[in-house]
Amino acid sequence: MSDLIRLTAVEQAGLLATREISSVELTKAHLDRIAEIDGDLGAFLHVSANALTVADEVDAARANGVELHPLAGVPIAVKDVLATTDMPATAGSKILEGWISPYDATPVARLRAARMVLLGKTNMDEFAMGSSTEHSAFGITRNSWDRTRIPGGSGGGSAAAVGAFEAPVALGSDTGGSIRQPAALTGTVGMKPTYGGVSRYGAIALASSLDQVGPVSRTVLDSALVHDIIGGHDHHDSTSIPEAWPSFADAARRGARGESLKGLRVGVIKELDTDGIQAGVLARFHETIRVLADEGAEIVEVSTPNFEYAVAAYYLILTAEASSNLAKFDSVRFGLRVTPSGSPTVEDVMSATREAGFGDEAKRRIILGTYALSAGYYDAYYGSAQKVRTHIQRDFAAAFANADVLVSPTAPTTAWELGAKLADPLAMWLSDITTIPVNMAGIPGMSIPIGLADEDNLPVGLQIMAPAREDARLYEVGAAIEALLDAKRGAPFSTLTPNYVGGGK
Amino acid sequence: MSDITEDTVRHLASLARIALTPEEVTRLTGELVAITAAVESVNRVATPDVPATSHPIPMENVWRDDVVADQLTIEESLSGAPDHDGSRFRVTAILGEEQ
Repeated sequence: MSDLIRLTAVEQAGLLATREISSVELTKAHLDRIAEIDGDLGAFLHVSANALTVADEVDAARANGVELHPLAGVPIAVKDVLATTDMPATAGSKILEGWISPYDATPVARLRAARMVLLGKTNMDEFAMGSSTEHSAFGITRNSWDRTRIPGGSGGGSAAAVGAFEAPVALGSDTGGSIRQPAALTGTVGMKPTYGGVSRYGAIALASSLDQVGPVSRTVLDSALVHDIIGGHDHHDSTSIPEAWPSFADAARRGARGESLKGLRVGVIKELDTDGIQAGVLARFHETIRVLADEGAEIVEVSTPNFEYAVAAYYLILTAEASSNLAKFDSVRFGLRVTPSGSPTVEDVMSATREAGFGDEAKRRIILGTYALSAGYYDAYYGSAQKVRTHIQRDFAAAFANADVLVSPTAPTTAWELGAKLADPLAMWLSDITTIPVNMAGIPGMSIPIGLADEDNLPVGLQIMAPAREDARLYEVGAAIEALLDAKRGAPFSTLTPNYVGGGK
Repeated sequence: MSDITEDTVRHLASLARIALTPEEVTRLTGELVAITAAVESVNRVATPDVPATSHPIPMENVWRDDVVADQLTIEESLSGAPDHDGSRFRVTAILGEEQ
């Protein structure tokens, strides 16, 4: 394995800027890594045929003295939920197999404008419905730490790709934890921005009041740099926040200097600090809190009594919105068409297409969502769930009155064995209990690796939360904690990653 | 409490335009009974005095000038269609013989 791929995106960018390496060399090193291990790891659904051409163009531009973005020529992987004009976008579903969008999603267009090199599209649970990446129509993704375990989901492909050094950075999407939970389970960094912080134009929608696109990386600064590229207002997305954002990279660099934790009020959410959390996860979490206190942070306990209703409300809102969003897959404008024999009506064709094209989890959620929205049940289910959402926002508002940031374990457990929760959809849904409240309130949330659980030697993530629009605070605090833990460890967290042994393509 | 039967699921499937198999109907009926029981808890705190939140970041209607923007061409719009005639999506009959 080339040493280049173990470097952070910032370090890779530095070598490109001084012309010690070329983007072609750097891109080739990552493509070689993918060829070496991805047949077994399964992080990519599609590897770009254009990557080396783009890299070559960036090298030529740099040689000609063209002024380039700092990350120009650095490779990146993209979750298959985002539309791309030169690669398929399937969202992990058979119903979109081979579909190529006539336009780029805005975050993708912005990566291209910064001249980053798109390596390919990463695997995900079908339409981002899942917490293990086992619901993809195109096969599983394995965990880069242990090939017998899940990488989390729905963005297991992006997290595994970054964790296994197939890409330094990636894009994900997060509706109930799909960036943060896979980050925690693979020992990587994942950021869900404030709702509206990153355009969702060209992101295949799951639940429109919850979805948000964000970065995945091995360090906080790398996520901040990618967020600076993809974020900001876009007239194509009416939920996009029009105000300007500060530089997240500046915030991360400020945090890494080490003064940010003194006097910082860190709220520990009582309801997410319980015996329901795996012992090894809780141990690392408490240890990190003690480290923060030693650095001068003020640790306060906060209570969010309505979080116990969050998962129930989330699955009502999500399924209701998903059943509506997925109605567009009707065999007319794009994707699969299955025509039954005889003289079928368009309705017969739609029903046969959707039966053949959707997997079990998608059908389960569409049917539940249709039920939650149907006459006579709307008030009891969707209406009540929206009231729970108000309660959760009020809980967060009260907590932030006493704390600058809130913290919790990102996920209740470390990565579980492949197949362990497949037979019990409710058990799978409950694994998102720590991340869901953040989406319900629209606030930003970040996961950073804080160590390994004693019982299984698998990564544990710390979730940091800030009020809406305070994404920069997360980058500052996240980078400060990361720098502190790296100093104690004497090396970056990613150096703990075992070498992935598995077959190539 | 649940009033969900296989007929309920068949009706929902027809509303959702999914031609479920009989095995899927049976399995989904059991799952839906369990799931609705698990999500009933939302009603405990959804009292009349609590307003509903539909959207996490409060926003007014978003307007833009009524001018042609960077929209897709007809060719681009049809590029992913299973069937079209060059300017329109083509589908099978809207109405069946008995309608």
